[in-house]
Amino acid sequence: MPSSKDNRAGNGRLRLRAFQVLLLVLLLVIWHVLTSPTLLPPIYFTEANQAAFFFGEPVKVFARLWRWFVSGEIYEHLWVTLVETLLAFLIGTVSGVVIGLWLALSPTASAVLDPYIKAVNAMPRVILAPIFFVWFGLGIGSKVALGVTLVFFIVFFNVYQGVREVSPVVLANARMLGANPRQLLRYVYVPSAMSWVFASLHNSVGLAFVGAVVGEYLGSAKGVGYLIHQAEGFFDMNTVVAGIVLLTIFALVLDWAVGIAERRLMVWQPRSGETERV
Amino acid sequence: MTPVLALESVSCTFLSRDDPSQRYTAVGDTTLVIGEGEFVSVVGPTGCGKTTLLNVAAGLLQPSSGTVTVLGAPLAGINSHAGYMFQTEALMPWRNAIENVVAGLEFRGVAREEALERGDAWLKRVGLSGFGKRYPHQLSGGMRKRVALAQMLILNPQILLMDEPFSALDVQTRQLMENELLELWSADRKSVVFITHDLEEAISLSDRVVVLSAGPVSHPIGDYVIDLPRPRDVAEIRLTPRFIEIHTKIWRAMKEEVLKGYAQQQRQ
Repeated sequence: MPSSKDNRAGNGRLRLRAFQVLLLVLLLVIWHVLTSPTLLPPIYFTEANQAAFFFGEPVKVFARLWRWFVSGEIYEHLWVTLVETLLAFLIGTVSGVVIGLWLALSPTASAVLDPYIKAVNAMPRVILAPIFFVWFGLGIGSKVALGVTLVFFIVFFNVYQGVREVSPVVLANARMLGANPRQLLRYVYVPSAMSWVFASLHNSVGLAFVGAVVGEYLGSAKGVGYLIHQAEGFFDMNTVVAGIVLLTIFALVLDWAVGIAERRLMVWQPRSGETERV
Repeated sequence: MTPVLALESVSCTFLSRDDPSQRYTAVGDTTLVIGEGEFVSVVGPTGCGKTTLLNVAAGLLQPSSGTVTVLGAPLAGINSHAGYMFQTEALMPWRNAIENVVAGLEFRGVAREEALERGDAWLKRVGLSGFGKRYPHQLSGGMRKRVALAQMLILNPQILLMDEPFSALDVQTRQLMENELLELWSADRKSVVFITHDLEEAISLSDRVVVLSAGPVSHPIGDYVIDLPRPRDVAEIRLTPRFIEIHTKIWRAMKEEVLKGYAQQQRQ
């Protein structure tokens, strides 16, 4: 009976969620107990409030988050960081796809550029941040540029690989069916590379945030990275952790959005576990 | 009468990518002429260059020497008069069945509505009405072959090139597909080049069976006219005395080549 089966599947998922929440609560409690100056005598540190100094206190972290949102102080910083991240993500992805397709389909260009691509990819690109500050100033531009250099290569290599992995039989079939080179690109290469692109987008989301936050950290007057940097100056660990929590939540939201787009566009892919257990 | 498809003195030599001095001649000096409405099977031991020959006829592969003529004109580029059914999976996995069937029409710029209408009709003809929205991975092997068949036939090609199209199917499904192929074919008698390593399949389907020698430098060593009456049922015709007679005759010629091909594979 389908209804009972659905119920069972629903119960299973509910239980999983319950365990996940329980684990979170447990971690928060441990954190709280170990860092609170009054609950336990100091185990490792010599003074009661040292643990709180190094690790922050969960209650105060959430109080900080709460105040940020209630006072509205956080919105302009959050907005700046999100704009930087999204711009880096979009520009990096689009340029990665376009250049990846181009190089994968023109063997001469890719042969010529191969050592340069390897060199640029091997380079620790965060080093470029100071140069970007000189070029684009301390505003949004330099952070976006940094994020783009991180996102671009991930997407680029995946598209490149995806095009190379196109089944030669599918390609020959499309040619026999009368596809011209442009149609091959649109109807064979691009859809085939898409599954690789989506695999890379999950990584790219995180790296776009890295670009934005590291950029802000190194020099800016706005953004969550700037807030974290400032709080560090005052040894205000609670604010630092609050900033990290906030960034993590938004990275998860963006990753979830990519996941939704992936499920929409990749319906044709076989999923493991598509059969149901009776 | 000009033949529909003529390969004359075709040979194909492949160079090893790592070492250009290493060369492998898959097909040597092969002449194959297909008349209008003729169903010709090419049989031979595994690895004898049957697929190479078909790729040359399709225009996917340039022969090292020799000429290919299609309807009297020399072939340049892809053979647009031919439909090709591949041995392995050739459907676009990101398109569902109906979209795969109409792909060729779409490439030719046929209006969407008309394409879908014709696609539906073809899905029905291959017994898949109602499966249009399924993606290839949601179809069985036999169903995917039917989609591939419809995808090829919807373009109404004059030549059908088929490379062991049913070899991956189980025996029952295979015989069903063979009968359906014969039925579809008999409706408008295209010229067919059917590659197979299965002599029984070749005889039961064809008007003519060409036997290739074992590779390398494989070439035709026999050309047999199959005078079995049509329409045929591939399962039943295998039991008739005339079939057995033809089978014995061709097998005698083939056996040595099969053993040679087998020995070569063992050596590799």
